[in-house]
Amino acid sequence: MNINNRPIQLSYWLAFKSIFMRELKLAWQKPTQIIQPMVFFLIVVTLFPLGISPSPKILQMIGPGVIWIAAILAIMLVVERLFRQDYQEGTIEAWLLSTVPMSLLVGAKLLAGWFISCSVLLLITPILALLMNIEAHVIPALMLSLLIGTPILLFVGAIGNALTVSLNQGGVLLSLLVLPLYIPVLIFSTSLIEAATLNMDYSGQLAILVSMLLVSCFFAPVAIAAALKNTVN
Amino acid sequence: MWKWLHPYAKAETAYNLCYRLLPYFSWLALITLVTGSIWGLLYAPSDYQQGDSFRIIYFHVPTAIWSMGAYTSMAICGLIGMVWQIRNAELAVYAIAPVGAAFTFLALITGAIWGKPMWGAWWVWDARLTSELILLFLYLGVIALYNSFEDKRTAARASSILAIVGVVNVPIIHYSVEWWNTLHQGASITKFDKPSISPDMLWPLLLNIAGFLFIFAALVCLRLANQILINDARRPWVKAFVARRIDKSNSTTKE
Amino acid sequence: MLEVQGLTCFRQNRCLFADLNFVLSEGQICQIEGVNGAGKSTLLRAILGLFRPDEGRIIWDGRSTTKQAELFLQHLFFLGHKFAINSDLTPWQNLEFWAALNPTNNTDFTAALSKVGLTGLEHIPCHSLSAGQHRRVALARLWLTNTKLWILDEPFTAIDKSGVQLLQQRFNTHLQSGGMILITSHQDLSKEFNQLIKIKLNNNIGQI
Repeated sequence: MNINNRPIQLSYWLAFKSIFMRELKLAWQKPTQIIQPMVFFLIVVTLFPLGISPSPKILQMIGPGVIWIAAILAIMLVVERLFRQDYQEGTIEAWLLSTVPMSLLVGAKLLAGWFISCSVLLLITPILALLMNIEAHVIPALMLSLLIGTPILLFVGAIGNALTVSLNQGGVLLSLLVLPLYIPVLIFSTSLIEAATLNMDYSGQLAILVSMLLVSCFFAPVAIAAALKNTVN
Repeated sequence: MWKWLHPYAKAETAYNLCYRLLPYFSWLALITLVTGSIWGLLYAPSDYQQGDSFRIIYFHVPTAIWSMGAYTSMAICGLIGMVWQIRNAELAVYAIAPVGAAFTFLALITGAIWGKPMWGAWWVWDARLTSELILLFLYLGVIALYNSFEDKRTAARASSILAIVGVVNVPIIHYSVEWWNTLHQGASITKFDKPSISPDMLWPLLLNIAGFLFIFAALVCLRLANQILINDARRPWVKAFVARRIDKSNSTTKE
Repeated sequence: MLEVQGLTCFRQNRCLFADLNFVLSEGQICQIEGVNGAGKSTLLRAILGLFRPDEGRIIWDGRSTTKQAELFLQHLFFLGHKFAINSDLTPWQNLEFWAALNPTNNTDFTAALSKVGLTGLEHIPCHSLSAGQHRRVALARLWLTNTKLWILDEPFTAIDKSGVQLLQQRFNTHLQSGGMILITSHQDLSKEFNQLIKIKLNNNIGQI
């Protein structure tokens, strides 16, 4: 085989697509890893009526917040094993040594994660809304806030995972690092749902959430690439 | 233009600089804090609304201001360390973090002490206090992350990245918590925001603000010097330095 | 041509090596030797750019690898001892994904896998294969790549005698067509290769 002195230019799009498809294939082969966070989401929500009160009025009041907190905890489970297997197998190093920019590869992985994990959580949300006695006209707002908010949680959580993936007991540390950063998302999402409950306009909160999503879309891959480069040091 | 800064990227020069600056900061801190505190606590006129309990602001406001300032400076150090690959800047992140955390903790305690006579409760979910609490968590995160790594170079870089990510969030958290607070507590005017303040009250406050800044600088110098020493413990310059110290102490004991 | 200039690496305050200089030209193979923990992998990773050295520069074709990383990475093939094989995917899929991230115009995965003796196992998930077979999937990449510089960290681990011979043949073909190899290994390679440079790392503690 002859040495190529003028090396082939890699197509960034093909590399992106390849990573994306890889993630989907891996998720398809391990469905339990998708279903477990979903069940966790359900169980956590169930704890609140049991721990506080099953009275319909109270449930309606705390409902959106409870669902959001449970979503945060479920995403933490997802995010904890995001880069673990790749790190242990040496795939992260292989990605770092590719001519394709690391942020692009990380972006592909995050996008796949969005489709896989967040969609699954969204599927179960109407059932949870039913359990928490949330009115029917509020459910679209709830789903919308989760649709926009869970990717933010995923991306920011991925930064935390990238920083701690080489540690043995990284899981709890990950929560400590990342939960304070989730607080603005929680505040604006629950406020959006409350506005919807009162039939008020929530476009302001929506705009803020969307802008947070865009900012994290662009900057999280860069931060994650830097963090992963540091982790394999 | 920045060439004069280049020597300070080396560990030894930075270490010496820290110890050269330390006495100045310490003395300035002592003078300003003692003057400001005594003036504020004993001699400033009492507030017509709150009586003497407002005097806690002479400690609350400076610590709150500098807790946020410290986080920003930590993030700037992290950014400098990552962009220009300067190790001392990355070590500075870990030098600043516990000091900032202590300031935040003090701000929370003094806020609670102030809150008790004002609102009758030790803790209220006031916007400022809540965002200070979240800031404390961010600091604890940076400290915990640094301490989890065996290799301190990796640790310093990881903390720098976390500090930079956090600093983007600090204004967002502040804004969102304030917004959340006005939504839930109505338009209660807190005495934390003072639009107009008489000069008799202002000067001790300014003195204390300066005083806490100097304490911050002194503590960070001390911590940074120690971190540099710890991280370079086996390097030749440290061994030579220790040898010189031993010679000096031997020669002084002989006399 | 790969030049290493004045490379100094500390790990957790221990000096692994200081002021290391060497040049690797076309057709040459360089073996890095040393006891476990002497810093062989760190040296490789410092050259690759995965580890930031305390001092020193790596020059590829006259340009610094940190400043012009892409120019260096385009000509690079790396096989570490964590060989980046995903155990949930099949060997075929693993090679496919590798090819998407590394410049190669040879996508004959079947031939490559047959070279390493994995014919018939191309579409079985890797977790069903033995550790040795796992390794061979990664080694199959050697028959797919045509980049100039090969950096290999302990490639002969868990490989039997015939496998070692096969690899050495492949190395020879690569060197003859103008390639370069940088390798860490405990094996004695001096009999097989003519242009062998040896670098021995001592367990250096605290000295510069």
